[in-house]
Amino acid sequence: MVRPPKPAFQEFLEANRATVYRFLSVAVGPQEADDAFQETFLAALRSYPRVREPDKLDRWILSIASRKAIDHHRRSGRGPVPTDDPPDRPVHDPSPSDHDDPLWAAVRSLPPRQRVAVVHRHVLDRSYEEVAELMGGSEQTARANVYQGMKRLRELMT
Amino acid sequence: MKPNDLKRLAPARRAADDSRLAAARLADRATAEGLVDVALATMDSPVGELLVAVTPKGLVAIAFDDDNLERVVARLAREVSPRVMEAAAPTDEARHELEEYFGGLRNRFDLSLDRRLMGPFAQKVLRATSRVGFGELATYGDIAARIDRPHAARAVGRALGSNPIPIVVPCHRIVGADGSLTGYAGGMSRKETLLRLEGSVL
Repeated sequence: MVRPPKPAFQEFLEANRATVYRFLSVAVGPQEADDAFQETFLAALRSYPRVREPDKLDRWILSIASRKAIDHHRRSGRGPVPTDDPPDRPVHDPSPSDHDDPLWAAVRSLPPRQRVAVVHRHVLDRSYEEVAELMGGSEQTARANVYQGMKRLRELMT
Repeated sequence: MKPNDLKRLAPARRAADDSRLAAARLADRATAEGLVDVALATMDSPVGELLVAVTPKGLVAIAFDDDNLERVVARLAREVSPRVMEAAAPTDEARHELEEYFGGLRNRFDLSLDRRLMGPFAQKVLRATSRVGFGELATYGDIAARIDRPHAARAVGRALGSNPIPIVVPCHRIVGADGSLTGYAGGMSRKETLLRLEGSVL
């Protein structure tokens, strides 16, 4: 089968920006989404000329975004955040109400890999097979991460 | 809590809007880090909206809005680099000179050109064409003679038709042997507009 030619980066960016932004705004939070978005697409731009599978670019960019999201949590030293102790409100908060939303508080309390897996599965509706591919692990691990994450969210939300 | 409740944390429409702004900021960061190999911007002009494409070597392409822009962009991605991005800053100088030209403030361009979309023969033809000045006209035969291919007027016509940098490489100044305007890849009305702007036709 003949592979389609690699699209111009701009076209690739247009086709994927909304999904990547949506993923990041839940996976790292609305205040940090823009930074993570920049890092994700700059990394993609650096290696774009060497990418060989133009028909899988949508998965490729989400796998970069997944790594950036997990790195982001590790770097900021933020493991699970205690739900009864929300972080200080940043100065430029695009949606202040988020901080009062118990669901946000619950999501922020998830360990990074569970949070990323839950977002792929239940915000972007990806299959477990895809979640595994995007996060670089087995399908079983993907299921376990989603299951544990959802279990914790349910506990916190009741 | 239902799994779908998570979706309301990031409505798809808000992500689409926010990501548009983020993509614009990305263009600035990418430019600053030297990661944009082909910068694209559009501008208005008396011959309609123009797409201007610039590489670190110079102006590489200008396209009219009724050209198949997707095809132009795809060609840039294939033949120059896939790192093609909408980024205004690298195109500032080219757009500024074009504005001046259309405003009657400039009769020659001082832009460096990236000629890599021109084949070897077209490059000869288009270099000779670049020496036809503002307000002057030449015939296809003149250009053929100037590149020492006096019988190649037809091939000259084809090379002019493939000009990737119209306006700045002034293929509109080349006319038929009888002085008729004849063909123009951007359409006859554009050729006429450009020559009228230069005072070459009434």
